[in-house]
Amino acid sequence: MVDNTSRTFVEARNLGKQVTTREGVLTLLEKINFSAAAGTSVAILGASGSGKTTLLGLLAGLDVPTHGEVILDGRCLNDYDEDGRAQIRAEQVGFVFQNFQLLFGLTALENVMLPLELAQAPHPRKTAEQLLDRVGLGERLHHYPNQLSGGEQQRCAIARAFSIQPRCLFADEPTGNLDSETGKRIIELLFELNSEQGTTLIMATHDNNLSQICNRRLQLDAGRLVGNDD
Amino acid sequence: MSWRMLWRDWRGGELTILAVGLIIAVTSITAVGFFTDRIERGLKQQSAELIGADLVITSSRQDVSDYIEEAREQNFEVATTTQFRSVVVFEEQLQLAEVKAVTEGYPLRGVLRISNTAFGPDTAITDIPAAGDVWVEARLLQMLGLAVGDAIRLGSSSFNIRKILRYEPDRAGDMFSVAPRVLMNRADLDATGLISAGALVSYRVLIAGPRDRINSYRDAIDDRLKQGEQILTFEDGRPELNTALERAQQFLGLAALISVLLAGVAVASVAYRFTSRHLDTGAMLRCLGASQRTIIQLFTLEMLWLSLLASSVGCLLGFVTQFGITELLDQLVLAHLPPPSFKSLLLGYATGIVMLIGFAIPPLLSLRRVPPLRVLRKDVAITPVSGWFVYGAVIVCMFLLLYWQIGNLGLVSTVLAGILVTLLILALAAYLLIAALNRLRAQVGVAWRFGLANISRRPASSVIQIVAFGVGIMVMLLLSTVRSDLLDDWQQSLPDNSPNHFVINVQSDQVAGITEYFDARGVSNTRLYPMVRARLVEINGQPVRASDYESERAKHMVTREFNLSWAEDMQIDNKLVAGSWWSSQDFGTPLLSLEARLAKTLGLQMSDVLGFDVNGTVIEFTISSLRKVDWDTFNINFFTVVPPGVLEDKPANWVTSVYLDAEQRQQLGQLVRKFPNITLIDVDTIMKRVRTIMDRVTLAVEFIFLFTILAGLAVLYAAIQANQDQRRFENAVLRTLGAKKTTLLLGLFAEFTTLGALSGLLAGLSATTLAWVLAETIFKFDYAFDISVALTGIVSGILIVVVAGMLGTRSVLTHPPIQSLREGAA
Ligand SMILES: Nc1ncnc2c1ncn2[C@@H]1O[C@H](COP(=O)(O)OP(=O)(O)OP(=O)(O)O)[C@@H](O)[C@H]1O
Ligand SMILES: [Mg+2]
Repeated sequence: MVDNTSRTFVEARNLGKQVTTREGVLTLLEKINFSAAAGTSVAILGASGSGKTTLLGLLAGLDVPTHGEVILDGRCLNDYDEDGRAQIRAEQVGFVFQNFQLLFGLTALENVMLPLELAQAPHPRKTAEQLLDRVGLGERLHHYPNQLSGGEQQRCAIARAFSIQPRCLFADEPTGNLDSETGKRIIELLFELNSEQGTTLIMATHDNNLSQICNRRLQLDAGRLVGNDD
Repeated sequence: MSWRMLWRDWRGGELTILAVGLIIAVTSITAVGFFTDRIERGLKQQSAELIGADLVITSSRQDVSDYIEEAREQNFEVATTTQFRSVVVFEEQLQLAEVKAVTEGYPLRGVLRISNTAFGPDTAITDIPAAGDVWVEARLLQMLGLAVGDAIRLGSSSFNIRKILRYEPDRAGDMFSVAPRVLMNRADLDATGLISAGALVSYRVLIAGPRDRINSYRDAIDDRLKQGEQILTFEDGRPELNTALERAQQFLGLAALISVLLAGVAVASVAYRFTSRHLDTGAMLRCLGASQRTIIQLFTLEMLWLSLLASSVGCLLGFVTQFGITELLDQLVLAHLPPPSFKSLLLGYATGIVMLIGFAIPPLLSLRRVPPLRVLRKDVAITPVSGWFVYGAVIVCMFLLLYWQIGNLGLVSTVLAGILVTLLILALAAYLLIAALNRLRAQVGVAWRFGLANISRRPASSVIQIVAFGVGIMVMLLLSTVRSDLLDDWQQSLPDNSPNHFVINVQSDQVAGITEYFDARGVSNTRLYPMVRARLVEINGQPVRASDYESERAKHMVTREFNLSWAEDMQIDNKLVAGSWWSSQDFGTPLLSLEARLAKTLGLQMSDVLGFDVNGTVIEFTISSLRKVDWDTFNINFFTVVPPGVLEDKPANWVTSVYLDAEQRQQLGQLVRKFPNITLIDVDTIMKRVRTIMDRVTLAVEFIFLFTILAGLAVLYAAIQANQDQRRFENAVLRTLGAKKTTLLLGLFAEFTTLGALSGLLAGLSATTLAWVLAETIFKFDYAFDISVALTGIVSGILIVVVAGMLGTRSVLTHPPIQSLREGAA
């Protein structure tokens, strides 16, 4: 376990997101302020449509805010262009999605190798093999996603997320599409790897039980932060 | 309602491709249709003009006055033409020309058109050149650097070029003529000294009059025709043109149909996707109480509107396109084409509708089977339309279209089977290539791996794309690269100093002089060969009749004039296949050495006795040997050779072929001045002419096959369109994982490069194989395998597919990565 809890890793400053639709300007997020220290886990809770996914996207630099800024590892994401942010993600950020989002044309092994290769890490194949072994898919290296069950796919996705040893991991309802038993095992795996690697974990969920395992909880309601148990 | 649906669906993007597919198909079909229809009608309209008379008697006899007098007695209009090849001399330059000497009244049907300058306005004229004048084709002026008013020599006479001849009704295009026309007055002919006994000359008596009397006159002289004589009436117009036209129509039609087939593939795949996207609409409509029939009607009507629109656009484009083909080909076939008729529009619309029924409707039928339950549960299975039904519809429709184009049931079946087998072989090859590619994946970088994975994950779609492009590129390769390869290879297969000039029409008393001439200029061992004209009148005592033979070739061979030559020794490049060559004891005995293939055509064997009419007396020759002759070389060869001492007293005509270098060629003017009656034929110019003709014909065919490439593009876009959503989404995921834009670009580039390279490789290999087969079986020479064909294929494949593919997919790059969080995997 790495101890660097004292440092702030992710910070949102006065973050806001508006989109222009045909009906007018729609505010998705407004005045979000919070920070997460390195190595901690934060759950973002909220009803459907409250803006969890939007917030996650902004924090990871997948989208650009209309107000405020995101500081990731001391760097203001606004200063980077799309490719610059991609570079930061390639080196420091991992993702686990609700729908697993594996690439269907690639085998499990190739999927896990992908971020390693994008980050130009050494020995991508070996690292990927070890990780898949670690998540219990050592026998399924050359299987394609559609040959794996939902739980196996999510395990593969987790292996992919942790492959680059990210400093920060974003998860958007990682158990949303799994039955509760499988979901529980996935969560165990996620937290296990998280504590092994000392990753900062930001997870969107509407599962209260799940949120209890996290160090902190943020409550979103209609794009505003209404609860922050900090 | 179907109209409104069409509008809404149009924005979905698939229909654009569907429409483009239909447009490509209709355009290529109508372009060919318009063109061939114009030629067909042109031939019909001008068929009387095409022979310049109502009735023509062709003869190789110099004296046809009997026919002329007879026709005059019956009050017909009469004119004659005398045609032969001769050399035109201007200063030191020589040019082979097709001379036609005509009498007053020519042409009896149709008119000549002349002009004062090569490209100036032309006017119709009813006169013929005045004595001492010639009218020449503009081509001749260009070749010799002449202008109207200059004087040229023909044989022993000098002529003034008075006008430029722009159009002769009885010369249907210059498709097969190597040399430019010189038109002169018959009155000047004898003075030139060009017509000597035995010279190769074609005499024609042109006759015109009332239809019924012409017909009875025709019947009357039919039996009296002598060997080497033939009657032409406007009904048989130009039989060789008719066959040529039929072939062209079938071939171009076939070319267009390949585009139709490929475009059909694009249409079908778009229709599939359209269907799957509209399953929900279908289910919803059924929930709202629409019957299966209503739903199908709705979608079918929508498609019908679309295909009518697309067919209209296609017809319009086809109309424009045919002008391009006409521009390339018309002078070769007919001088003046009638304007396009609208008959081909029918063909265009029919193609559009048939394609719709064959390719688009079958997938749509599954919409009928959507259970209403699907509104609630997306995963309710729908029974897809049986594959047999879909493919069956495609094949039936192709069959119908082919039948329309070719109109011969047996041929259609063969062609269709051929197309299907070829496509299957190509598809199999493409599939193997893709499988091989998969092995490569472990060895390449991330972007390439992703690109390659994209190809092998959808093998069916990739195979279709590879084959679609492969076919297009293959045809293009075969037509351009390989065609010139075939010609080059043939020319290279000739020895270095194989003869490049023929000297014909030499008289017996000139033989020594000609040999001397060449000896003096360093062309040694010039051997002249005698030829005596003869007609085959009996075989083993039985009279010879053309009607006794089945094959066209045999009919033609028995009625044509034979050139009997005599020689002590056999030509060195001949090979005896039966019997033996004569020795000196046999000199004076009427033996005959016959070319083996001719013997086979006419069913002749060793020891058969052939009676030849030589200048009025029949001499019986016994076949004593059969020879194989290599006609590809430019050496002089004869079908029939006899021993010396048999024909020497008959009027003979001598020929030779020689190799002349550039300097020796310069001096040919002296030869012609010394022997004005001889004819020189320059092989190089003939080859050049053949090449130009081939170039133009292939260009026109390539033009049609351009649509095949376009159809290939439609297939590519249909495929891109079909997985656009998936691509977008996956690129968003890749961006989320930290891929840069360049990485994504490289991935797309890798995918399309590979696709293009595979289809190019396939195209190159199959084009080479085809060329090899052609060389071996039809042209009969060794084809030199050329790696550059495959390379050209690969490079052009990559270029086309990469450019088109990248253009088609560029929108996926701008898809924001945030979407990876929102969309599920496809
Ligand atoms: N590009 C956009 N244009 C318009 N509205 C958008 C856009 N993106 C998101 N929204 C809206 O913003 C709101 C927040 O969406 P978001 O996906 O962040 O919610 P969420 O909390 O993740 O919901 P869920 O729990 O259902 O995933 C929703 O009402 C959504 O419709
Ligand atoms: Mg969400």
